[in-house]
Amino acid sequence: MIPAILVLEDGTVFRGQSIGALAETVGEVVFNTSMTGYQEIVSDPSYAQQIVTLTCPHVGNVGANDEDIEAKHAFACGLVVRDLPNLLSNFRATEPLTDYLTRQGVVGISDIDTRKLTRLLRQKGAQNGCIQAGKIDEVRALSVAREFAGLKGMDLAKTVTTKTSYQWNQGSWQLGKSFQQTPQQKFRVVAYDFGVKRNILRLLADRGCAVEVVPAETSAVDVLSRNPDGIFLSNGPGDPEPCTYAVEAIREILSRKIPTFGICLGHQLLALAAGGRTLKMKFGHHGANHPVVDLSTSRVMITSQNHGFAVDPDSLPENVSVTHRSLFDDSIQGISLNDSPAFSFQGHPEASPGPQDITGLFDQFVGLMDKGNRNA
Amino acid sequence: MPKRLDIQSVLVIGAGPIVIGQACEFDYSGVQACKALREEGYRVILVNSNPATIMTDPEFADATYIEPITWETVAQIIEKERPDVLLPTMGGQTGLNCSLDLVRHGVLEKFGVEMIGATRDAIDKAEDRDRFRVAMKAIGLDVAKGDLAHSMDDAMTVLEQIGFPAIIRPSFTLGGSGGGIAYNAEEYQAICARGLDASPTSELLIEESIVGWKEYEMEVVRDSRDNCIIICSIENFDAMGVHTGDSITVAPALTLSDKEYQLMRNASIAVLREIGVDTGGSNVQFAIDPATGRMIVIEMNPRVSRSSALASKATGFPIAKIAAKLAVGYTLDELDNDITGGATPASFEPSIDYVVTKIPRFDFEKFPQADSTLTTQMKSVGEVMAIGRTFKESFQKALRSLEIGSFGLDPIWDEQEDQAGIHDMASYLRVPGARRAWFIGDAFRQGFSLEEVQKLTGIDPWFLAQIEELIQTEKRIENLSLEDIDQEMFRAFKRDGFSDVRLAALLNVGEIELRSKRHELGVRPVYKRVDSCAGEFETPTAYLYSSYEIECEALPEQSSKIIVLGGGPNRIGQGIEFDYCCVHASLALQADSYQTIMVNCNPETVSTDYDTSDRLYFEPLTLEDVLEICAVEMPTGVIVQYGGQTPLKLSRGLEAAGVPILGTSPDSIHQAEDREHFQNLIESLGLLQPPNRTASTEQQALERAEEIGYPLVVRPSYVLGGRAMEIVHGKEELERYLRDAFRVSNESPILLDRFLNDAVEVDVDAVCDGTDVVIGGIMEHIEEAGVHSGDSACVLPPFALSDETQQELTRQTREMALALNVNGLMNVQFAVKGEEIYVLEVNPRASRTVPFVSKATTRPLAKIGARVMAGQSLSQQGVHGEIRPSYYSVKEAVFPFIKFPGVDPILGPEMKSTGEVMGIGMTFGEAYRKAQLAAGTLIPASGKALISVRTPDQVAVVDIARYLSENGFDLEATEGTAMALEQAGLRASVVNKVSEGRPHVVDSIKNGEYDLIVNTTATRHSRLDSETIRQQALTHKVAYFTTLAGARAACEAHQAGDNPSINRLQSLHQTVEL
Repeated sequence: MIPAILVLEDGTVFRGQSIGALAETVGEVVFNTSMTGYQEIVSDPSYAQQIVTLTCPHVGNVGANDEDIEAKHAFACGLVVRDLPNLLSNFRATEPLTDYLTRQGVVGISDIDTRKLTRLLRQKGAQNGCIQAGKIDEVRALSVAREFAGLKGMDLAKTVTTKTSYQWNQGSWQLGKSFQQTPQQKFRVVAYDFGVKRNILRLLADRGCAVEVVPAETSAVDVLSRNPDGIFLSNGPGDPEPCTYAVEAIREILSRKIPTFGICLGHQLLALAAGGRTLKMKFGHHGANHPVVDLSTSRVMITSQNHGFAVDPDSLPENVSVTHRSLFDDSIQGISLNDSPAFSFQGHPEASPGPQDITGLFDQFVGLMDKGNRNA
Repeated sequence: MPKRLDIQSVLVIGAGPIVIGQACEFDYSGVQACKALREEGYRVILVNSNPATIMTDPEFADATYIEPITWETVAQIIEKERPDVLLPTMGGQTGLNCSLDLVRHGVLEKFGVEMIGATRDAIDKAEDRDRFRVAMKAIGLDVAKGDLAHSMDDAMTVLEQIGFPAIIRPSFTLGGSGGGIAYNAEEYQAICARGLDASPTSELLIEESIVGWKEYEMEVVRDSRDNCIIICSIENFDAMGVHTGDSITVAPALTLSDKEYQLMRNASIAVLREIGVDTGGSNVQFAIDPATGRMIVIEMNPRVSRSSALASKATGFPIAKIAAKLAVGYTLDELDNDITGGATPASFEPSIDYVVTKIPRFDFEKFPQADSTLTTQMKSVGEVMAIGRTFKESFQKALRSLEIGSFGLDPIWDEQEDQAGIHDMASYLRVPGARRAWFIGDAFRQGFSLEEVQKLTGIDPWFLAQIEELIQTEKRIENLSLEDIDQEMFRAFKRDGFSDVRLAALLNVGEIELRSKRHELGVRPVYKRVDSCAGEFETPTAYLYSSYEIECEALPEQSSKIIVLGGGPNRIGQGIEFDYCCVHASLALQADSYQTIMVNCNPETVSTDYDTSDRLYFEPLTLEDVLEICAVEMPTGVIVQYGGQTPLKLSRGLEAAGVPILGTSPDSIHQAEDREHFQNLIESLGLLQPPNRTASTEQQALERAEEIGYPLVVRPSYVLGGRAMEIVHGKEELERYLRDAFRVSNESPILLDRFLNDAVEVDVDAVCDGTDVVIGGIMEHIEEAGVHSGDSACVLPPFALSDETQQELTRQTREMALALNVNGLMNVQFAVKGEEIYVLEVNPRASRTVPFVSKATTRPLAKIGARVMAGQSLSQQGVHGEIRPSYYSVKEAVFPFIKFPGVDPILGPEMKSTGEVMGIGMTFGEAYRKAQLAAGTLIPASGKALISVRTPDQVAVVDIARYLSENGFDLEATEGTAMALEQAGLRASVVNKVSEGRPHVVDSIKNGEYDLIVNTTATRHSRLDSETIRQQALTHKVAYFTTLAGARAACEAHQAGDNPSINRLQSLHQTVEL
């Protein structure tokens, strides 16, 4: 057993064991209450520069595999769990979670009172923190945590995005068949990669989209020159406000009335482009059990959530309608534009991990593109 | 959508008596439903035959009917009460079946009653295996290969398609009763025959075996707007093949990746939609092939269930309450999630940050002839749940919660027995039984590899690895001494859930010594809250569990507080009645402004609803766990007398540790239980006791038996629950008994009591405050002395005891209560033989009959007793005098024999019943008839009666035979009985005993010739001979009586006619005068 510590900026120290890379890491400490999908979480680019605490008591039970990753490598900079069992059990597992974390350079700590940590984050708000695994220097850990600038004002999309554009045509996972070949491609979709999760691309591919993934800073002109049927604005880490390049591009796209769909950071960027503002939340939404109401139908859907920033409800201009709200705190979960075929969702309709109740939004996007094509 | 305004009244059907497969979880659900509906202003009409339930307390419904749950009776109630709607989903399979009967017989249509929560079609689609299979295929879900069979011929055809092993499940039976797994043709035919008989529709579902697959359950709730949420996923530790009620289960599911979990989640919701459960909770069961992940839907229950009760306790989400509100029109988002104090809506999915383990409790000791192999037919009688931050902690807490003398994975494997080739370890692992978890521990101790254990048990390696690690840790501990253990090590052990008792055993020190050391090192538990949201929201609800973590969330308050210790797992002899008492104590003291704190580990109960007491500690009821809670809470007092033997056993330890015990002192309790003390007390009061002796050798026993004379009640000392208690009629029987008894009782002394032939047993419940004694009720037993009081029917007020006798019983009760310094409840068992009254037993604590007495007399004994314990005298409470209602109430016991083929369904000194029903009538006969009906025995109006009684009964049986013969019955008798009847001038045809050649009596039973059977037997030898008569009577559902008293009562019941009244409990209670 190799010792590890987690030190928060408020001075709280948790002592446990290392479960991943032997190194030091610093980031914003958040908690996620999802009971499944740790590998998807660790590999979600939206967790860049975040240390994720999983409230689920055992993490690592089903090991790790090549299918349950949401990006080419892990993005969370730290993982905090109550217990990582020595033995995994799942027919799809190819390696223990510890091996995956170590290989991916993710620093992790287990055997701490994660409920105490969660309650602390809930009460004080997200904290900056430092995990040291192997070599322990508490004093240093505290100063590292305190020196971390925090995510407010930090443009991380730029750093996690793809360097070059690429085509995506792999569809969803099915039991016994792994990932599906996609059906006939009917729509050209350009997807802005601000830290995109693969399952978003897969769900688009399932619906007949030929997806071209482009870097975050791709200009509107460049995108429009590809003659897309629709534009997708991906999820991603960090603060949306510094991403002015994206906001400008989206404004231009909106003016062309091309069907546009945003998720998470993409949702926030759409709101900014439409003239709204965003704000940093106290400890954000991170989980797989969040009820969201569709204001047009009053239906409640259980959604996967992962965001630390949100659209400011007092900032929305008249051309923006709120379509979804969180039943946990009434925060804005979805918007649509009145003067452009654009809409977005704050949570994660692509799930992975989490419930798939709201994948219908992808169909809505496809519907807009279909309509656009027919009108053209 | 808000609640419906077009309805005013709701009929709720309860689940009836506690039986295997249907226990007090339906009281928990029913209470929630009744409370929720009344909270919304609806008039609630309730039917339930079980008096031990909280839901049948008159204040929980507007009109309460303690009546048999048959469609005919409920139709009468509907006609009288005219409910607008019927909620069929709260009363288990009983409630559903009765509701379907009401539909089939046109009752609901006739009176314009709408069924809410689940439609007839939805229930039918879920229950009818064929329709269910078609429905599942329609939504693309996989089901096991198989088919329905309605005859043995059908069954053989199905077998050709699927081969062995084959799973056989009869339709519409409780707990899958009558089913099983067949590995060969002989077994196959036997199980099919039993199943066809057990199924009310003579229908079997026969399927390919998926034994060894992983088993899961999903608890789903859906509202009228089609919002669906998963409350809880449950994973079975035991692989497919063991009924989920008999499996160890854990929540949340632990060995599914998100992709597999979401497949199951989507499938669960699709199942609800396809079946058409419009509102409410359902349970969907799945099997998963561990090698490929192939998923199969096993079944779904369109109602609240045992699992939904477990899921509610496991997550803090009250499924039944929410389901009731959804049924009257609300949608999930309109309802609050109570546990967060309404901070969040009910439309979310609970997230849990701990592991919950449920372990079933079995009582095979009571049924030595039963097959104790666990199969698809449920056999457990109760369960415990434990919460820990890890599986290890939760599992080990659950093990010690069971109260079977085990405080962890104690070794149980007997090497010598193994070497004798009786059972080898492999067979203990391969064949699932009640103690398999412990054998797994032993297998690792013996050096079995994880792969071997996995192969033999089929249990997922994840769980096995956890157990293997526990055994490795035990080995490490064994090599240590107490002094070696520092704080960090101690904490690590406690974090793995090791109990003080187990650690002490491993370190070879005493429990107290170990605990002092632990306290010295400052290793103490903290208490975490169950909040449904893994800490994401603040919770004002004090629903707590212990863990060895850093932060404590108990936040005890400064106030007058009383801890009520609950009864632990249900078992034969200690069931829902004690939970009823605990809940009443809490409610009464809460009303008196005490803060009440409940401690219990039984997830089925009302007491473990976080809504019942101010605070709930879901913890094992061991000395260690209770002391730690007391250390945090510092209660004003602790009540140990209400939860049965469980908390009583802790009283001395608690007292020694300085915990204030309320009510009767542990010393007085001990005095009543200690044979010698008690004998002195009885003598000093000038009362009578049956002559008795104690013997510690066989020779001594035989000598002392002669001193007091036969027949004798014999039992080993220090064996709980009347186990191995027997009546012996002579030296030869005693000799045989001694050989057996000394084997079971491990050479502890044996107790001999003179058995009082033909005496009437009487139970008296009383409450005493040290000055005054108030009689709660005098209950006359129907069956004569010798039948365990818990198994005997009884009537209140007595129907045959003279007033003088009753006064004398009252006087003696008073004397004993005062002499024992009873402060609270007390129960006395008397035997009345002629003019003589003998004291059999005194228990200064809540008894099994307290709820029955309270329902029968209006007097809430448990509440009165609790207030006395808290210091309010009887006169301060205004409680005086005995209440003698003008109506009769009969309590009848309900037995699990149908679940245990091969067990002789005869009554004796050892308790075997799992539950009880109550019948109320204006005459004794009417009350008895209704009690019989509620227990499942319809007294026939006419037909053929078989009479076969032991020689001493051949005179007394004449009156019974004459009544039957004069009232529409033809008599048939075995030779001796027939001769006796003939001498009395009664004509009876003669039938062969089994030993006399064929056709014999059993052939006649099988051919359905008898409508009523009276069969008594005395000696062990003749009992074996007549055993088949009783078994066959049971199997073929013939009304049968094994005591003359029972038969006599049946005649009275017959005389009462078959058109009984129905009585609203609240109206009856108004007729009672103080």
